[in-house]
Amino acid sequence: MLALIPLLPFGGFLVNAFLGKRLPKPVSGGLATAVMAISFAIAVMQVIALAGMAPENRQITQTLFNWISVGDFSLDLAFRLDALSAVMILVVTGIGTLIHLYSTSYMHEETDPEYARYFSYLNLFCFFMLVLVLGSNVLVMFVGWEGVGLCSYLLIGYYYEKKSASDAAKKAFIVNRVGDFAFILGALLLVVTFNSLDFTTIALAVKQMPPEATFGTLSLITLLLFIGATGKSAQLPLYVWLPDAMEGPTPVSALIHAATMVTAGVYMIGRNALLFEHAPITLGIIAAVGAATALFAGTIGLVQNDIKRVLAYSTVSQLGYMFLAMGVGAFGAGIFHLYTHAFFKACLFLGSGAVIHALHGEQDIRNMGGLKKHIPITYWTFVIASVAIAGVPLLAGFFSKDEILFETFLHGHQVLWAVGALTSFLTATYMFRLVHLTFHGEERFAAHAHGAHGDHGTHGEQPTGEESAAAAAHHATHGHDQPDHGHGHGTGHGHGAPHDAPWPMATALIVLAIGSIVAGYINIPHALGGHTALNAWLEPAFNATNCGAPVTTGELAGLALENCAPGEAAETGDHTALELTLMAVSSLLAFAGIGLATFLWLKNRQIPAKLAAQYPGVYNLLLNKYYVDELYDAAIVQPVKVVSTEGLWRGFDVKLVDGAVNGAGYFVSGISIVLRLLQNGSVKTYAASMFVGVVAVLAYYMWR
Amino acid sequence: MPLGHYLVLSGLLFAIGTAGVFLRRNLITLLLSVELMLNAVNLAFVAFGRQFGTVDGQIITFFVMTVAAAEAAVGLALVIGLFRHRESLNPEAFTSLKW
Repeated sequence: MLALIPLLPFGGFLVNAFLGKRLPKPVSGGLATAVMAISFAIAVMQVIALAGMAPENRQITQTLFNWISVGDFSLDLAFRLDALSAVMILVVTGIGTLIHLYSTSYMHEETDPEYARYFSYLNLFCFFMLVLVLGSNVLVMFVGWEGVGLCSYLLIGYYYEKKSASDAAKKAFIVNRVGDFAFILGALLLVVTFNSLDFTTIALAVKQMPPEATFGTLSLITLLLFIGATGKSAQLPLYVWLPDAMEGPTPVSALIHAATMVTAGVYMIGRNALLFEHAPITLGIIAAVGAATALFAGTIGLVQNDIKRVLAYSTVSQLGYMFLAMGVGAFGAGIFHLYTHAFFKACLFLGSGAVIHALHGEQDIRNMGGLKKHIPITYWTFVIASVAIAGVPLLAGFFSKDEILFETFLHGHQVLWAVGALTSFLTATYMFRLVHLTFHGEERFAAHAHGAHGDHGTHGEQPTGEESAAAAAHHATHGHDQPDHGHGHGTGHGHGAPHDAPWPMATALIVLAIGSIVAGYINIPHALGGHTALNAWLEPAFNATNCGAPVTTGELAGLALENCAPGEAAETGDHTALELTLMAVSSLLAFAGIGLATFLWLKNRQIPAKLAAQYPGVYNLLLNKYYVDELYDAAIVQPVKVVSTEGLWRGFDVKLVDGAVNGAGYFVSGISIVLRLLQNGSVKTYAASMFVGVVAVLAYYMWR
Repeated sequence: MPLGHYLVLSGLLFAIGTAGVFLRRNLITLLLSVELMLNAVNLAFVAFGRQFGTVDGQIITFFVMTVAAAEAAVGLALVIGLFRHRESLNPEAFTSLKW
């Protein structure tokens, strides 16, 4: 039953990949969406079954077959559902279903084969993501890990005829390889150390060991695994591929580059929570990298002008939060943020897709504005998600972000807490800058609607007059078969005005917006009278067993621990005041950020420009993303190119390899020039040489 | 008469034959020179047979003579063929035995 969850999308992939060319769009898109929906239903059933078990043995394992058996090392291809993977499969299948649904409408302009290709990739991605999440050992996880990387590559490069898209795809793939290399080294080291790759076996083994005070094997393993995570989850220094990944279709950005795949690194750390807990040095590095990434990406997000890029940097920043949580040992908080983030970030990306769709490929927020009244559904869902990510109280992002900040502070990382709080302020600022520039203020899109560098690539003919109005009405009900353009008419009012999302897109947006509001309520902190139910649910997964086992660290003290270890509850209670204070601080920061954004980008639009003019150095530094891409280009890409061109190509290949091959040829033909003279066709010469030969042989035997 | 004398004669005859093969410019003379070499060898065989008191040398001589007759027949036939082909009996004229 468990295996069906990943296998259903795989079936959808097979059908769309091999028969997709002949299938009409409703069939291929509908099939892809349906398998995801069924997969989601099965996942829900499985999780309900899981919840019915006692907390200490909440685990469903399905072994498909024995994969590797060498000596005393044995590895199964097995899927395992536990508290942690339960959260993940619900996120993957649930949000995956919504995004499939959204895509059926968003990709409507594609031809039948392209449409099927898109959905086959999307299904394949979900298959690999579910393998990654459900895998019961590191190797199965690695299969999924590589598979989602492949699908990410395929989908970023979906518009492969566009050079920037194929370049971005290659960049994503290659940067990920750097991380994957470290990941597989870590996995090999795990085999050497524990003679097993099964998560539970490793966790139980590591439980017997004391935490490493100095840098030892466990620290090395976890550090290597973390480097793998920085590649997949876009952390410093390997985050550079994610902003470029926005070249893919927007629903892909929502699913892969915001909600699911990029959180794989966080999930992997949560999966190996005990292992990481025993390597405090690595945890410190993770926390520092996470906080640094959060701040770094947040500042870049402040000045970017591409709607999807702002969201991409926001994603990097939020992933930084998750790693910060993992790094301070608050695994529950990290997974909680992963889960809430999936809702509001998917909603934001799908909303941006709806905006881009409404403007026929326009992605530059400087050419937007005033869209509020044209596309109300998109507007309201986008605002809800923005409020959620900004950390305004009582929405999803508030609970998860505050828990991370609280845990960070609680574990004595005041500096990291300050960085996190500052980032939370930045988050609110850049998100509302985006909202204001996109939806509020004067309309700037009319005259620019054609300057598209977006997803759609091609544009239909420009309708005029009544035709355009009719087309707009048509689109309002049907969708987007043929883009119309309001530009050239001065205002855009009435003539091909932006139209709101059609129902499949609207459904996805609304569901995700509701999720952005309510998702946080499953983990209400103690300070607000809740029971941190999600932490309690995840607790056994992080500790490999149940509450009967000794807990090495206090931060996992949740409901389950309260039940079996009453002493812990009092400890949690002591921090109520602190938690409330921190909440107040970060809420204030969120409101301050929103206020600042409103002041700068809605009320006084000239101030940002003045600031930019006054501090061109800072502005350009941010606008050019700290020149990191240029730095990598100079430090890595160009040297590699030079070494490859001058050293490997012109030096090694041309001189040495070709030289050896050609030299052998010249040597043989040079000798031949001499030897050829012997074969002159004269019988007498042949006879003479035979005679000489016979004499030589005889002479040899005589004087031997 | 000691064996050495026979062998010296045989060697001389063989050398003359060899020199003939290399130096003469007529295919028929070449064949004759080859016959001379064969007969030098026959002489050596017979001399050895006499020396050791066996008939082996004489028997093998008969074989060689048979082969020589066959060889002469085939050789002369080839010579006639070649002459018809090239109007020449000079071995230098036949240089097509190469790639």
